[in-house]
Amino acid sequence: MRRRRSQTESLEERPNEARAARTDRPRSKQTMPKTVLVLGATSAIAQAWMRLLAPQGASFFLVARNATHLDSVGKDLATRGAAAVYVETIDLDETTAHAGLLERAVDALGDVDCALIAHGVLGDQAAGERDFAVAAASLQTNFLSTVSLATWLANYFAAQYHGSLVVISSVAGDRGRKSNYIYGSAKAGLNAFLDGVRNRVDREGVQVLTVRPGFVATPMTAHLSRGPLFATPDAVARDILHAIEHRRDVLYTPWFWRWIMAMVRMIPEWKFKKMDL
Amino acid sequence: MASKSKPPVFESWGRYPKLDVRLEPLFWTDEYPRGTRLPPSVLAVGMGRSYGDVCLLEGGTLLSTLGMDRLLHFETATGLLRCESGVTLDQILRFAVPRGWFLPVTPGTKYVTVGGAIANDVHGKNHHVAGSFGNHVPRFELVRSDGSRAICSADENPEMYHATIGGMGLTGLITWAEVMLRPIASRKIRYTAIKFSGIDDFLAISGSSRSECTMAWIDCISQGRAFARGIYMQGDYSEVMEPKKASPKPRLSVPFDFPSWALNRTSMRIFNELYYRKQLRRQVTGQIDYEPFFYPLDSVLHWNRIYGKRGFLQFQCVIPWRYGRDGILAILETIAESGMASFLAVLKVMGEIPSVGLMSFPQPGITLALDIALKPEVTFPLFERLAEMTRELGGRLYPAKDACMTGQHFRSFYPQWEQFAVYRDPAFTSAFWERVTADA
Repeated sequence: MRRRRSQTESLEERPNEARAARTDRPRSKQTMPKTVLVLGATSAIAQAWMRLLAPQGASFFLVARNATHLDSVGKDLATRGAAAVYVETIDLDETTAHAGLLERAVDALGDVDCALIAHGVLGDQAAGERDFAVAAASLQTNFLSTVSLATWLANYFAAQYHGSLVVISSVAGDRGRKSNYIYGSAKAGLNAFLDGVRNRVDREGVQVLTVRPGFVATPMTAHLSRGPLFATPDAVARDILHAIEHRRDVLYTPWFWRWIMAMVRMIPEWKFKKMDL
Repeated sequence: MASKSKPPVFESWGRYPKLDVRLEPLFWTDEYPRGTRLPPSVLAVGMGRSYGDVCLLEGGTLLSTLGMDRLLHFETATGLLRCESGVTLDQILRFAVPRGWFLPVTPGTKYVTVGGAIANDVHGKNHHVAGSFGNHVPRFELVRSDGSRAICSADENPEMYHATIGGMGLTGLITWAEVMLRPIASRKIRYTAIKFSGIDDFLAISGSSRSECTMAWIDCISQGRAFARGIYMQGDYSEVMEPKKASPKPRLSVPFDFPSWALNRTSMRIFNELYYRKQLRRQVTGQIDYEPFFYPLDSVLHWNRIYGKRGFLQFQCVIPWRYGRDGILAILETIAESGMASFLAVLKVMGEIPSVGLMSFPQPGITLALDIALKPEVTFPLFERLAEMTRELGGRLYPAKDACMTGQHFRSFYPQWEQFAVYRDPAFTSAFWERVTADA
């Protein structure tokens, strides 16, 4: 069983440095998120994205499972100029703990501009084909826990009439393939869920951004050989920030995946079912 | 879509030797040696910018540290930066320059990791006033294959501290380190370039220079009157306070391997002639940005491709003052006579500041570094001859640049190697180490 530990602590504040660093990189006129909640903060994409915000003096509430890893991520952001960093170690599979966690985050940050849900596991497809428990665990992490978090956050943002809910999904959700359809179906469910949430809370001034990355060079894909389609977490992070600033709904990143997946979806099923994908 | 079989390609900067390597990426400082499905022999590797085989290992596993790239703490008052070992000098500069800080010592490329800079105890243009990189690393953490983790400094585990700096990565995995940065007022360097006509001229200019950063480009192709001519470059950090931005990302890249005939004696002679003549006056002064001053080659990514698929070797020796002048002359003559040309040869005076590393390369004297394209039938005998001359002159070669010195030569350059071997982690080894200790 995974260890669960709960603690909230603040790393030291560095307002002066944040101000000094604010001149580093001029950004577009749209406002960058200033108070940020990140679920799955040790994910490579989340880390790269937070590094874009830290020099601008953003405040962070970070949630992840591994306390040691979370500590080093928090220190990195504080060093790079974050105004405040709060960390909490928790296993997000435990959905009953979500409400308390999110309340503590709102409490610590005062007001949340943006929440990024980035936790997830690729899972063992082959084992999941034989054992439902393995498939169910993947759905718990990749779908149900996110549904729980997104439900609470959407209501929170809707009540304050602003906020961005950003969820890392995947191009794998666009069509089930034999090599990873358990992960893919969780992401497909998530995509539909987020479409619905967006439809509900857009009119309350809330942005719901579904991020569908292709292959990204992260620990999750370390076992795959890195072909030319692989993007860096940094490139994906920049795309996400741009999409937040421009209030996009669905982001394919890098951009060419929108067209690749459009073609993949167009393949008729009688043909698709015979392909090795 | 992505296949799962092909191993990632990993070459050192000189692209020789070409070995089958298995790369295992590390993302967190606590990942090694937990979950040890790793084979017994390992070696940590960062950017792979060492030229030969100190960063390679055949039949074992290279632990790539590039995922350990977090900054852990920065003391604004003193400039002390603590970071994970996979942080590159480029990343440090992006962070530090806008805050008014700079690297205490930098090699000719910023695309190396902190771990690599410590393991090779790299030096730079300011060696005569600042020593080498290890002189500015007060503390680091070392993880051994038995799972033990130790903080190493001059006071805590001092033996391991001295063995790890310049220890070629053989003492274990460095997970994080502290680097003492130096303050700067501006990105600008006050710069002077002086042409010299021969080694005596070089030594005279060098003797009278008071600059913090010095080095010389030397023409090692031309013979006769132009023999050993070159341009002496010196610079000091500008003291005029200015706003400092991080550098833009480089745009130029060599997209493919040049054919092996592209760099030949004629093209190199033309390059050397033009390089010497582009400066018309004997002395030029001005202000330039630190990028072209410290990292002229970093502006072109993958420049090593100009040497073609076969790659190249780099020769770097340091000759103590006793034989310095005549020794360097003899080596330059040997290279010129061999017909093997180099378009990048660098001469620099090394200072008296002792390295903290047991196996560090720097020692007081004159150091000469140059690239030579790989033509097996000519290059290897030439390098053997140069190594022998270096030995006779009481000098030594730099393992980080080497791909072919014999074990005998290595052990005479570094007679302390047996004392060092005691601190080597039994699981850590490299192609270089296997090569130079095989016949011991």
